[in-house]
Amino acid sequence: MNPVQTLDQVIDLDAAYRESNVQAILDELDRELVGLTPVKRRIREIAALLLIARLRERAGLSTERPSLHMSFTGRPGTGKTTVALRMSKILHHLGYVRRGHLVVATRDDLVGQYVGHTAPKTKEVLKKAMGGVLFIDEAYYLYRPENERDYGQEAIEMLLQVMENQRDDLVVILAGYKDRMDTFFQANPGFHSRIAHHLAFPDYTLDELMAIAELMLQQQNYHFDTEARLAFAAYLALRVQQPHFANARSVRNALDRVKLRQANRLIARGGQIDAGELMRLDAADIRASRVFRGGLDTEDTGTPQG
Amino acid sequence: MRLTQGTFSYLPDLTDEQIQAQVQYCLDNDWPVAVEYTDDPHPRNIYWTMWGLPMFDLLDAAGVMHEINACRHAFPNHYIRVTGYDRRLGRQTTALSFIVNRPAEEPGFYLERQEGADRQVRYTLRAYAAVRPSGQRYG
Repeated sequence: MNPVQTLDQVIDLDAAYRESNVQAILDELDRELVGLTPVKRRIREIAALLLIARLRERAGLSTERPSLHMSFTGRPGTGKTTVALRMSKILHHLGYVRRGHLVVATRDDLVGQYVGHTAPKTKEVLKKAMGGVLFIDEAYYLYRPENERDYGQEAIEMLLQVMENQRDDLVVILAGYKDRMDTFFQANPGFHSRIAHHLAFPDYTLDELMAIAELMLQQQNYHFDTEARLAFAAYLALRVQQPHFANARSVRNALDRVKLRQANRLIARGGQIDAGELMRLDAADIRASRVFRGGLDTEDTGTPQG
Repeated sequence: MRLTQGTFSYLPDLTDEQIQAQVQYCLDNDWPVAVEYTDDPHPRNIYWTMWGLPMFDLLDAAGVMHEINACRHAFPNHYIRVTGYDRRLGRQTTALSFIVNRPAEEPGFYLERQEGADRQVRYTLRAYAAVRPSGQRYG
């Protein structure tokens, strides 16, 4: 079709937007993910770009498919994997990827143990991810500068080739901590230039962490009473200053331990209780945490006394 | 003589889009897809050489197309077929199989009649190309 003929053609943006069903996903994103404003903004922009690209295609304007490889950088527990999962759904709804599944891979899935082992392994993972999104967690482990015979380089080359040549079939998302990803990109400039979208995941503020906790409890049919809410806010304020703080993941682990203490408390008391008691988390459940006594509340040593 | 076999033997050769659609149908049915090649296309030769392993756990046909093209590149003058295997209990058989590549020239088969006792005739087929050693057939 000649684009000139279609210039005066009227395009109903609202209808196209409704049709793509993307608003529902974006709303869900807003509802279920606390904070992450810059990330959400970027996702909206990408959704708009893809919608316009589709309309342009429909109007007969030639468009090159936008490159959508991304890198997610942020501290642990800031929601990188969760957003990647959502991203694959969004891209699927906008017709950018055909299937919309997410394949999560780490160095172990891509890099082999001996000569000639890497290429088939990487190829296998790439084939599985075709038509969807390949999420490479802690991507910097692929590149080990201290060992010049490391097989990671081979995997990187294959990845780069597919990212360039089979853009239609696959979207690659690299994730990891900010500083280490920066070194990784410096050492592999090919990656940096092939990735159009660099999304930085900010740390959550205390209010956001609290909102996350409430959301998690709500999904699991628990709730804080007023005292407990204050206690948990105090807990978070102490916990964020400790080492190994992993944002939402730490909140989830802390809540798991709180639930453990609640169960213990109820069993120890015995007798008869109403159903509301099964849902209510007490301040005492939280105050029992080691964090309040200046101890470290790490995940792996989380004993019932915590 | 144009060799035909498999599911779409009565149709003209499939285009790449049609192949991709058929492969996608296999994957949607949870049939692992395998690519096989041979230069000995006798109808009774069911053991073609496998191009890599059967592809399990794929969701999209693009991965299979990648392997088909790699196989075509390596063996441009061989027969290449794609098979979808239905592993469900009770079926456990090739559910779909079709040719995706064929040599430019196919000389066909020679029908040999062997006279036996009591005027019995035994028939056998011999591919003209198979007279030459494997690897040198078909150009």
